[in-house]
Amino acid sequence: MLRFVVRRLLQVVPTLLLLSVLVFAWLRSLPGGPASAFLGDRATPERVAELNRVLGLDQPVWVQYLRFLGRAFTGDLGNSQITGEPVLSEIGRALPATVELSVAALLIAVTLGIPLGYLSARHRGRPLDVATVIGTLVGVAVPVFFLGYLLKAVFAVELGLFPPSGRQSVGIDATNVTGFAVLDGLLTRELDASWDALTHLVLPAVALATIPLAVIVRITRASVLDVLGSDFVRTANAKGLAPSTVRGRHVLRNALLPVSTTIGLQTGLLLAGAVLTEKVFVWGGIGTLLAQGIEQRDYPRLQALLLLGALVYVLVNLLVDLSYAIIDPRVRLS
Amino acid sequence: MSAAAGAERGIGAPLLEVRDLRVTFARRGGPDTVAVDGVDFAVAPGEIVGLVGESGCGKSVTSLAIMRLLPERGNRVAGEVRMDGIDLLGLSDAAMRERRGRDLSMVFQDPLSSLNPVVPIGVQVTEVLRRHRGMRKEPARREAAELLDRVGIPDPRRRLGSYPHQLSGGMRQRALIAIALACRPRLLIADEPTTALDVTIQAQILGLLAELVAETGAALIMITHDLGVVAGLCDTVNVLYGGRIVERSQRHRLFATPRHPYTHGLLSSIPRLDSAPGEELVAIPGSVNDNLPWAHGCAFAPRCPRAMEACEQRTPAPEEIGGRLLRCHNPVPASAG
Repeated sequence: MLRFVVRRLLQVVPTLLLLSVLVFAWLRSLPGGPASAFLGDRATPERVAELNRVLGLDQPVWVQYLRFLGRAFTGDLGNSQITGEPVLSEIGRALPATVELSVAALLIAVTLGIPLGYLSARHRGRPLDVATVIGTLVGVAVPVFFLGYLLKAVFAVELGLFPPSGRQSVGIDATNVTGFAVLDGLLTRELDASWDALTHLVLPAVALATIPLAVIVRITRASVLDVLGSDFVRTANAKGLAPSTVRGRHVLRNALLPVSTTIGLQTGLLLAGAVLTEKVFVWGGIGTLLAQGIEQRDYPRLQALLLLGALVYVLVNLLVDLSYAIIDPRVRLS
Repeated sequence: MSAAAGAERGIGAPLLEVRDLRVTFARRGGPDTVAVDGVDFAVAPGEIVGLVGESGCGKSVTSLAIMRLLPERGNRVAGEVRMDGIDLLGLSDAAMRERRGRDLSMVFQDPLSSLNPVVPIGVQVTEVLRRHRGMRKEPARREAAELLDRVGIPDPRRRLGSYPHQLSGGMRQRALIAIALACRPRLLIADEPTTALDVTIQAQILGLLAELVAETGAALIMITHDLGVVAGLCDTVNVLYGGRIVERSQRHRLFATPRHPYTHGLLSSIPRLDSAPGEELVAIPGSVNDNLPWAHGCAFAPRCPRAMEACEQRTPAPEEIGGRLLRCHNPVPASAG
């Protein structure tokens, strides 16, 4: 087990290294660059060349890369070309917001998705199932930003139930401990701050949760249907077991195996969804940094963010593999 | 065990009586399929009854209908399945669950897929003990180990913690048998219990089943396509074709003088060690797909070497002839074995 984890973690190093080359080359192959983005209308070839020289972008790409790599090994991923601040501290500040949003969205998706998928399978072909199948289809198809604006228009503007954007109301004096606004409020016993943060969290979390929710429902439904028709469920029924035992021990325990993989994959994808959601709800997390970085061709920031995304994805997959080994005795880590 | 012993045990009121059992599957955009078409048979306490036939003859559906394990939707079950005089088909789901695993239980064909892959064997044995015998965790584990020991699983204590994939095919089937017999049911239904196993293991499992039912006094319904299994085990044999029983007889009589052309064909298609060199095996031509609907005549007629005009026009009625049930217009003469 430990050897498996260590080996998988060591595999992360070449993965990130290869990815850094690709990201580096890809970013620099895009049309336009930081200089023209920064200078805008005032860009003349001379000014662009001057700025490029200052930023070190006049060097051959491989020289730039080696410089980047050398600094990266010392833990320095460069400074943002927009703010001049080290990108890592920028990310460190924005990360809790995104993690909070993603965790909330994932909680919604998992706690609603699994029961809904199960019920849908149990009542296959009946109105509840048909409604669920159609609902999940819509859920996957509706773009996050559209849903985000819709939620905002209805629940924030029309009904006034939730704040339309941001993470905290103006005038709330919250102590920052971990950067997770809801958690901070609980830790410092500033419950009003916690509550305020929670109300801000609802709409963006719902918007971000729709796609993973729809996917989890569908996978759970398909998986439960599959298991319900299996021989060992028939054996369980032939034993005369109580329906709750059949359901929990025999159906769900097996049906959730593929669902756990799905949850892992969806977690990795949340980051992508977060970019749009954060934009709609002015959330100020990683997604906002990324969107801004792309507009401004902020190479160091984009490099760091893309590598971070890859790292999260790899780690989440490792977690999925580990959890799989725990819930499925047929999987042996070696 | 000897046939005489079987017959002796067969005396008395039947344990299970199946009367006019009909199972119909609804097919989307087509006529319903009649899988079991008026099957009658009885099982006496301790008796071993065979249901024999090729794939699609309705033998498995019959057993699942008795256990009430057919899918909830898409089928209709009619008739009666009386156990201790109570019609199982009329019981509530909860009352049926009380009986399943306790009064009657079942061993299935494929032991790997019939065991839950992510639950230890021990739990899969103890859960039935705890459900029907109200045992607590520890006593149930001890009992489970004893059960595994009795079905011939070595090192049963350790095996309680094993998962199905860690056992061999034969061991898995032994475990399933232990589960089925855990509450000492009076009726065990074994649906092709050896089909998925290696030939060398088959005889062991059959021997074990015979031994255990003799020991516990349970009656056994053995469902198989393999007349070899029947030959070594059953007291009474029911031959099914197209969802109906076409011939029923005491085992020795059936093998000595098969009267229905289908039974005759089945027996002739078995290779024999004492057959003359160069003698060819006779296969039954066609397949169950060639069946005639029973309503119009004999379902076997299109494949039958002895078919007459009447066979395709009138449904043969079941007749009792010399202690045997026969459904045929033109049976094989009793003298021609």
